[in-house]
Amino acid sequence: MPELERVAMENQEQASGKTRYFLRFTSGQRYLHAVLFTTFLGLAATGLPLRFSESVWARAFARGVGGFGAILFFHKLCAAVLTLAFLIHVKDIFTRKLVNREKGIFWGPTSMVANWKDARDLIGHFKWFLGLGPRPRFERYAYWEKFDYWAVFWGMVVIGFSGYAMWFAPFFARFLPGWALNAVLVIHSEEGLLAILFIFSIHFVNTHLRPDSFPMDMVIFTGVESEEEFKAKRPMEYERLVREGKLEKRLAEAPGSWQINFSRVVGYTAIVIGMVLLVLTLTAYFG
Amino acid sequence: MQWLSFPEGENGTMEEASRTQASSTARLLRRATGVLGHALRGSRDELGLVESAANWLWRRVRVPVRTGMLGAGLAAFLLAAAPGKARAATDCLACHADKSMTDASGHSIAVDGQKFSASIHGSLQCNSCHTDIKGYPHPDHPAPVQCRTCHVDEATALTGSVHADGKEHPCTSCHGDPHAIFPKTDARSAVYPLNVPRTCGNCHSNDGMAKKHGLPSVYPSYMDSIHGYALTEEGLLVAANCQSCHGSHNILSHKDPSSPTYKTNIPKTCGNCHAKIDTEYEAGIHGKALASGDLKAPVCTDCHTAHAILQPTEAAFRMQSTPICGSCHSDKFTTYRDTFHSQLGLLGGYVETARCWDCHRAHDVLPATDPHSSISKANLVTTCGHCHAGANASFVQYEPHANSRDLKLNPGLYLVRLFMNLLLISVLTFFVIHTIMWLIRSRYEQVKKNGANGGNHA
Repeated sequence: MPELERVAMENQEQASGKTRYFLRFTSGQRYLHAVLFTTFLGLAATGLPLRFSESVWARAFARGVGGFGAILFFHKLCAAVLTLAFLIHVKDIFTRKLVNREKGIFWGPTSMVANWKDARDLIGHFKWFLGLGPRPRFERYAYWEKFDYWAVFWGMVVIGFSGYAMWFAPFFARFLPGWALNAVLVIHSEEGLLAILFIFSIHFVNTHLRPDSFPMDMVIFTGVESEEEFKAKRPMEYERLVREGKLEKRLAEAPGSWQINFSRVVGYTAIVIGMVLLVLTLTAYFG
Repeated sequence: MQWLSFPEGENGTMEEASRTQASSTARLLRRATGVLGHALRGSRDELGLVESAANWLWRRVRVPVRTGMLGAGLAAFLLAAAPGKARAATDCLACHADKSMTDASGHSIAVDGQKFSASIHGSLQCNSCHTDIKGYPHPDHPAPVQCRTCHVDEATALTGSVHADGKEHPCTSCHGDPHAIFPKTDARSAVYPLNVPRTCGNCHSNDGMAKKHGLPSVYPSYMDSIHGYALTEEGLLVAANCQSCHGSHNILSHKDPSSPTYKTNIPKTCGNCHAKIDTEYEAGIHGKALASGDLKAPVCTDCHTAHAILQPTEAAFRMQSTPICGSCHSDKFTTYRDTFHSQLGLLGGYVETARCWDCHRAHDVLPATDPHSSISKANLVTTCGHCHAGANASFVQYEPHANSRDLKLNPGLYLVRLFMNLLLISVLTFFVIHTIMWLIRSRYEQVKKNGANGGNHA
């Protein structure tokens, strides 16, 4: 069901007090995602003109923002903010595991770590695509969501390291071999390109543009989703929570209309910027 | 006085008139004897002899001429020997001063007497040049004036030049109005250094001969160049104008090995002013290659162009310089374009990134094996250090021309690139297939659930 219609319906249902909302993402996670996609868009917008510096739009963009000096400044600024967010996230995970002794961080149904069920879900999903079996019943994080997470995680380390190696090349040259200075540019640009292509095509479609969520999955902005959506998208998690008697703990307030409108503006903007960058990337790549 | 009828300045005092008269007399004397000798013998050597004799005579009589009428008398005596009677300019101007006067085909045949008398030829009689006019009435079509009669060296040089077959009068095309010719040191002269580009530009621009003869329109390029700027904006007399490089009367095609613009002569031609750079260039690998007869080696104009020469520190030149080197060193250009130096460099507004000559030097380019080379192992830290503060021995192991597509040359880099590409291709291929299948299946479910049209918003 398209999102617009669903929201309208939900608002009506809410008025009659029927719909219950459950928390999926904490505010910390939402802010992390906000910082992540803002800086990622910034990095992509300032990195692509460099990667395709021979294209017309790259030069026009560079001229428009005040030359490469400005581009480099914004690229480094976004990189520094994103690095900080990444480090806070890593610290947060280890605090939850080692200090708070929280369970399910590194293993179990709520963990981001892949398990056998993810492999079975992947195969089952393909079977369902082909009409050879039922739709897999997903837990808190589906396999493609875990892939998204680890892709970003790996990308952060790889792109981050290679980026800093270029930024502080004389320093890194003290312990890296000479050819590594050549390699970091290749790594940075290829991995950056992969991240851009992946996020602006695969992630956008899988998470936001597929018919189940079209045109945008609001949960990453509002943090909550309706009981109906919860049950349909992650039946295993829903049932587990019911079984463990923890479902009520996850109950949350319905999102305010300002929250939805704000989310839409931000989300659509991000998606549009991403799509434009994707088109530019593809035209430059194949042009 | 009347018999010599020297042009008299309106405000000239008697003394000035006398001085003008004296020097004019001498010139006249030499010209007259020149004309005489030429007419009588036609042989250049003998003509020279006659001219020398006239010069000698002038040197003898110079002092008396300044003070008295002796010189004038002598000149009169010699002039009497010249063929034809000297016609007074005033006589001719009686008709030709009329500004509206034209010949049968409508060309102006008016002469501005005042301008003429101020010009370098002002002391000459009309029939010194228009030798076939002996009296009035004169022929309807007087013979073309032969400047060669006096200016024999220039005329000879012109005969061998690219301008030899000019249909226009070869002299006045450049020197301008024949009745208002000034020495090249005079700002009124068409060949005064500051006026030369405009004079040549009369033909060598798109509006002129260039278009007609398929010549490159060089005038606009020159005017925008550093030389053009120095000359026209700053008024630097020493700035190179057209004839500084091409010569004046003996202009030869750049294909002629004796032309100053022939490839092998260009370093010396430019070196006339840019002496230090010429020395550096000749010590460099390009200069040595040229000296050994390699005509593919670049000379000044290959990088700086011939006419549209830019200040090398200018952004425009920095932006255009690398492809010029790349037109010969294509392999190095390809690998350069893979680097951050190139990627940054291509974006406008950031022209500081290393271009070929920032590392290799511009003129004294030397191979890395030469200890004096800027890219020799010992000098790399200094060379890279110009931009990269803190460059050290391990930093300069960076290869500015590494080839990530060459397994043998750069195995590490090759494998890294291969791995990254495989990762990119496999991840995207897998997920594109996955996503497309998912979309089709989801849409199918949606249509099935909501009816044939997929629902109101499908």
